[in-house]
Amino acid sequence: MKNKITQLFKNVAPSLMSIGLGLLFGVVIIVVSGMFNERQTYEDIWYGLNSLVLGMLNDGLPSLGTGLFRATPIILTGVSVAFAFRTGLFNIGASGQFTVGGFAAIFVAIKGPFPGIGNWILAVISAMLAGALWAAVVGLLKAYRNVNEVISSIMMNYIGMYLVQYAVINTVFDYVKNQTVPVPIVSTTPTLGLTSIFPNSSVDIGFFIAVIAAIIIHILLNKTTFGFELKACGFNQHASKYAGINSKRNIVISMMIAGALAGLSGALVYLSASGNHIEIVDVLATEGFTGISVALLALSNPLGVIFSGLFIVHLQLGGFYMQAQKFAPQVVEIILSAIIYFSAFIVFFKEFINKKKGGKK
Amino acid sequence: MSSGQYVIEMNQISKFFPGIIANDKVDLKVKKGEIHALLGENGAGKSTLMSILFGMYQPEEGEILINGKKVNITNPNVANDLGIGMVHQHFKLVHNFTVLQNIILGAEDSKFGVLDMSKARKKVADLVAHYKLNIDLDEKIENITVGMQQRVEILKMLYRDNDILIFDEPTAVLTVQEIGELMKIMKALIAEGKSIVFITHKLNEIKEVADRCTILRKGKFIDCVDVKVTSTQELSRLMVGRDVKFEVDKEIAQPKEVALQLKNVSVLKAGHKNVVNEVSFDVKKGEIVCLAGIDGNGQTELIYAISGLVPSKGEILINGQDVSKLSVRKRNELGLAHIPEDRHKHGLVLEYSLEYNTVLKDYYRSQYQSNGFLKFDEIRKNSDKLIEKFDIRSGQGSPTISRSMSGGNQQKVILAREISSNPEVLLAVQPTRGLDVGAIEYVHKQIIEQRDKGCAVLVVSLELDEVMNLSDRILVIYEGEIVADLDPKQTTREELGIYMTGAKRGVGYEK
Ligand SMILES: Nc1ncnc2c1ncn2[C@@H]1O[C@H](COP(=O)(O)OP(=O)(O)OP(=O)(O)O)[C@@H](O)[C@H]1O
Ligand SMILES: [Mg+2]
Repeated sequence: MKNKITQLFKNVAPSLMSIGLGLLFGVVIIVVSGMFNERQTYEDIWYGLNSLVLGMLNDGLPSLGTGLFRATPIILTGVSVAFAFRTGLFNIGASGQFTVGGFAAIFVAIKGPFPGIGNWILAVISAMLAGALWAAVVGLLKAYRNVNEVISSIMMNYIGMYLVQYAVINTVFDYVKNQTVPVPIVSTTPTLGLTSIFPNSSVDIGFFIAVIAAIIIHILLNKTTFGFELKACGFNQHASKYAGINSKRNIVISMMIAGALAGLSGALVYLSASGNHIEIVDVLATEGFTGISVALLALSNPLGVIFSGLFIVHLQLGGFYMQAQKFAPQVVEIILSAIIYFSAFIVFFKEFINKKKGGKK
Repeated sequence: MSSGQYVIEMNQISKFFPGIIANDKVDLKVKKGEIHALLGENGAGKSTLMSILFGMYQPEEGEILINGKKVNITNPNVANDLGIGMVHQHFKLVHNFTVLQNIILGAEDSKFGVLDMSKARKKVADLVAHYKLNIDLDEKIENITVGMQQRVEILKMLYRDNDILIFDEPTAVLTVQEIGELMKIMKALIAEGKSIVFITHKLNEIKEVADRCTILRKGKFIDCVDVKVTSTQELSRLMVGRDVKFEVDKEIAQPKEVALQLKNVSVLKAGHKNVVNEVSFDVKKGEIVCLAGIDGNGQTELIYAISGLVPSKGEILINGQDVSKLSVRKRNELGLAHIPEDRHKHGLVLEYSLEYNTVLKDYYRSQYQSNGFLKFDEIRKNSDKLIEKFDIRSGQGSPTISRSMSGGNQQKVILAREISSNPEVLLAVQPTRGLDVGAIEYVHKQIIEQRDKGCAVLVVSLELDEVMNLSDRILVIYEGEIVADLDPKQTTREELGIYMTGAKRGVGYEK
């Protein structure tokens, strides 16, 4: 038992340390920027700090609900990146997979054959398939043509974005608003009555789907023969081949699972009743890249991703509320970026802790 | 206290790892200009002690004096400044860099921030000429043999003007010829006043070059002896704590039907002629056949072809069934086991625990999984049994991460996995590489036991002792072709050597 607790501490400590360092840095920026801003009083600075720390609790249940809703997609892209990483692949293409998944979901929800509940489930499944297919290209290139997955993922991100724009314009386009037409309410994801617990928020079944997905991936990786194979390939391809594991096939499957998760993320964003739309702008979906920070901060542990995803949204909402204390949005952005940036120190902290542990009896 | 005659003085050094005391108040005193051997069983703590001297680990207790001065070696840069260099048990080279780039890496000369290669090249070329190291500075590491890679490691130390040189099991990966050359280089180095710590499991090498020998057992200092007046028997007794037999006891083989048959097997390598050329031979149940040859004559590729790691032409039959087009897994399921040449590349997933590595090939069998879920209890039971049987030493037993284990114990994990699968055909490449004499004795016994149970064993070994002792039949391979089929009882080492260099071909193998 005691062993379990020290092990848990060892696993969580690096994340906590990098978060701590990031927050400390954030506080310094807040105080310094506050001192140079004549319109801000010390009180403003104090309340600003408060808002940052309170994050998704600033406004009670409504902001908590918003936090859960916003965390949903980045938990899923985070799990996508973390999963791929554990199997030796760097999925920088979650953004493209997210976008094609999102489009597939919207398309099926609007044009699908079963208006009503059938459509959203079908839409979710289509999104996962689309994401998987998109990632499969990367996996196939890597496995059979030895193309580095980072390069092909980046290309697939742009191809995905432009292809989706083209497809949107030709199928489900709202010319006036330059975006996709809204998904009929009957085909949106169920809210399960959560909106009455968390008023004014869009939280729905999606958050639970994300958590369940993270748990499933955790079990897959750690408890199953399939996970045993995938991790073995990730660590040492030669040894996997020697052991009779089909590593080429596994690379493709790994990428497809990662793609399905990112696709699912897209589906849950665009199927929610809050009315998100794919806009025709030349910007890659940020969820895919936030997923990298989320995965990194969780040291690629799928369960950890649930918490690091929530944490990042916590900061984002905290930043949002800080603006009420006359903090410039740019300063807020700097603080958030700094904290995420510091999360990259996590690897350093991990080494540090291991060294300490190695030295002591 | 220190009399000044020692270049290295390590006093009462202790180092703890989770679950194990790797060094327990160990003393090591090396005189200037001597070759000092460090001897001990697998896991005795030799590499750990040297890693402490090289600044990679900090000891919990003890002090280190270099040239009589107390020092605190906090990292390898400090060690380098003190003139200490190390060739690691598993080399640390950048594979897609050239020899020259690897040598100067980390000690680059620069002029206004621009790399000054010509100066470096001159210095390295001088060293190469001086020690007659004979190496192409512009070849990439991935294209040169292990022996050459080791020279790169040695040049790295010389380039940095190190005069205390640590060699951690340098001979484990070398051929007989290369070992001879290494010994010459080592002698030349001490003749110039450098001092060497030399780790090896081969007692004859210690007798040949070392002046004194420090012996460790289970992390403890046992003795420091003068090599000239100590026999190899005594050395092994000090190290293992009992007498070790060097000859292998075995009954005369009772070969039965053919289990492994090769018919005109060839392996192509891009841009080369066939590295294995039309090879045909049989291995029968109940016999041990040794494939003898100088490294690089196609042994590696031939074994890869049999195990399915590289494609080949021709037929490979296991118990009469052609497996040459089957997957690695199918071949394993037909009873093929393979102790690979490179334990880190093929043999182990180093990030996996010891127990995971014991089921690396069998995790999917119903014994270890149900409905796709691993049976952790069964895996643990199996590995605990193997640890006991093969005397695998590690910090935390089954859950120990394989990377943290000593080289010899990593090898034992592979041996345990492959031998315990009770194979029909066992391919054993350098099975005892890096093992201590006690462990070698045990592994040889196990291989013979498999033979007596009816397994067909094909051994590849660069060690003539092993070839002569273990085999019931010797096949000599030269330039990808089998050139002789010999009876070890009627063949001398000298004869074997002649066949291996291609100077002669056996009956039935004439050109
Ligand atoms: N980084 C590490 N973490 C945990 N345990 C370690 C580590 N390095 C070594 N050990 C343990 O310390 C013991 C001594 O290991 P060491 O590598 O020094 O043995 P060795 O004498 O070099 O053996 P070999 O002849 O097999 O190379 C082993 O039991 C090993 O499991
Ligand atoms: Mg060692």
